[in-house]
Amino acid sequence: MAWGMASEACCYVYYPENENDLLEIFELAKVRGMTVGFRGGGQSYGDASLNGEQILVDLSGWNSILDWDSKNGIITVQSGVTIAQLWRRVVASGWWPPVVPGSMNPTVGGCASMNIHGKNHWQVGSFGEHVIEFKALLPNGQTVCCSRYESQDLYFGMLGSFGMLGCFLSITLQLKQISTGAVQVTALSAANLDDLLHIIDSRKDEDYVVGWVDCVVGGSSVGRGIVHTARHTELSDKNIMTDDGSNNKHELPSKILGILPAQYLWFFLRIFNHRVGYKIVNMVRYYSGLLRNRHRFVQSLAQFNFLLDYIPNWKQAFCPGGLIQYQCFIPYRNAHTVFSKIIHYCTDAKLQPYLGVVKRHRNDDFLISCNLDGYSLAIDFSVKDSNRARLSSLLAKLDEIVLDAGGRFYFAKDSTLKPEAARLFLGPKTLARLIDLKILCDPNNLLQSNLSRRILPELHDYQVNN
Amino acid sequence: MSEITFTRPLEPVKRAIIIGSSSGIGKALALRLAREGYVLALLARREDKLQKLCETINNDTLGKATYFLHDVKITTGVPDLFVKVCAELGGLDLFIYNAGTQFPNDPSVYSTGNDLDTFQVNLLGSVSWLNLVSERFEKLRSGHIVVVGSVAGDRGRMGMPAYAASKSGLHTYVEGFRNRLSRHGVVLTTIKPGQVSTALLKNADKELWPISAELSAEYIWRAIKRRRMVVYVPSRWFIISWLIRLVPSILFRKLNI
Repeated sequence: MAWGMASEACCYVYYPENENDLLEIFELAKVRGMTVGFRGGGQSYGDASLNGEQILVDLSGWNSILDWDSKNGIITVQSGVTIAQLWRRVVASGWWPPVVPGSMNPTVGGCASMNIHGKNHWQVGSFGEHVIEFKALLPNGQTVCCSRYESQDLYFGMLGSFGMLGCFLSITLQLKQISTGAVQVTALSAANLDDLLHIIDSRKDEDYVVGWVDCVVGGSSVGRGIVHTARHTELSDKNIMTDDGSNNKHELPSKILGILPAQYLWFFLRIFNHRVGYKIVNMVRYYSGLLRNRHRFVQSLAQFNFLLDYIPNWKQAFCPGGLIQYQCFIPYRNAHTVFSKIIHYCTDAKLQPYLGVVKRHRNDDFLISCNLDGYSLAIDFSVKDSNRARLSSLLAKLDEIVLDAGGRFYFAKDSTLKPEAARLFLGPKTLARLIDLKILCDPNNLLQSNLSRRILPELHDYQVNN
Repeated sequence: MSEITFTRPLEPVKRAIIIGSSSGIGKALALRLAREGYVLALLARREDKLQKLCETINNDTLGKATYFLHDVKITTGVPDLFVKVCAELGGLDLFIYNAGTQFPNDPSVYSTGNDLDTFQVNLLGSVSWLNLVSERFEKLRSGHIVVVGSVAGDRGRMGMPAYAASKSGLHTYVEGFRNRLSRHGVVLTTIKPGQVSTALLKNADKELWPISAELSAEYIWRAIKRRRMVVYVPSRWFIISWLIRLVPSILFRKLNI
């Protein structure tokens, strides 16, 4: 099942122990005419980690940290190591992964193959930009070592290629040095979308900037929300995080608001899983933010970054239909128009997202990349039998708006993109380059996933005569 | 058939396998499910009929269909075929075992060949399929299995002992699977058709108020929708069968039914 629970598939799952096992799996797939997909933490919202009725290689068992140079902050890990393992190992030595997603459960291999970003994308770029080098096994049997200076084509191609070119064996990352493991957070409330984008843009010299948008409210307050900015604290700052030698001070709290046990809270969230519930939650959130406007507080980096992990299993509140996220990246100049159109379209279709998040982004050099100089808006929808068809046609309309504005999409979160939209977003040159690389790395067309078959069928439309 | 295996999370389709779908109830059921938008894999022996049915479904209905040639008497290749069919469909939600054969109802004939043939098609052919499908559905904690039995399976009949016994065996076999799988969220439905106007009806000794295959397919579709356990098609056969079951053996052996 995909993390968002809106898509599921039955797969033949293999748990390889080493490279040789993986080679055997490739051989088996070749002989039996099957295809191979990869799964790490299984944390993609959509169908990226599924390969229905085919072979699925679960790499979560490849979870060893191979080398850790705490002096220079360079770590080499197997691809199944999770972000949680990574930060817990390095934080005590004064280092932190430069780019982390909203949850600590994805694997490093997954983060690399989706080239994920964090709340600091404008400052430090995407995950791939911090990969010094990686070793990968290609389905053609070759093991390659790639970096910015060696096998560049594959380096820029594989990072972000959603597992279509090969399997990461080990990844070497340059970490970021930190003094305290804490950040000074400032919460700023924004009265409307214009205000929100302005605050995010004006605060982009902070280390982290993220905006929460109330997508339920209409009228003159469309796009109101709260921006959280954070800056790494220095030792010279008032050091509130006493060091007891353990990682406990960094961990997420087990109780919300000091009394509610986080573990069981998802059950109560179910009560709010309807339009009126979203209105109540969003309104309470906005006005509580307004009351505490310009409020400053200190949090550990984990507490600030891994918001999605505060309430374990919160996605269960959306059972049985699950949830999907729609994230689009819009160039700077068009962002305001497009975001307000998107929120209006959702309101008109009576399909309000229960959550909206805005981030600031910058360009990068990777072959498959959603990143551009502009903003992204991520909106979450609850999926029910009654709204599936409407949601699908709404998101198809949103795709058109995004493409018209020169926008991009993010495959890690996608559940709805159609081949025509994916083709327009990538462009013929990028697509041809990706297909060339795929033919080179995977001549037998073994690597596929539900996502790749859905969005880029032409990626699997070749045959190479050996 | 990439068109069929293509899946979109927000536009889920139901996928079904129908064994024994070239004619009669199977064919009518395939058309009924296709009208509901099902993606179907049709399995039977007669290619020309299957091909025609697939064309009709793909051209005239919401659903889609593909076919595979399969003789239920040959069980050795079933696991590989099952993998292939599921891959082609891109998943499986509903499995229907409808293969059945019946030799003419004649108390004067004693034929080991005919009886073995009847057991092989009606009962033994289902064994490997039901095991594979049940194992899959148990792991998925969902799925629906429909088996087409017969009212004839409710009593041993003098004219067709093998047919009655094979269908009775099928009912009991499926009941066992139902008791095993219902706790895992899997639904098993036993359909017990009375007299339906199909090729098999010619072998019955007398006709008693038969219904068309299309109407029986409609009743079966309702049973599938309502996730029923045991359904007589049409429902009047529940009363007839109940009365027949009430007759004590000492009397039943003297009757000509």
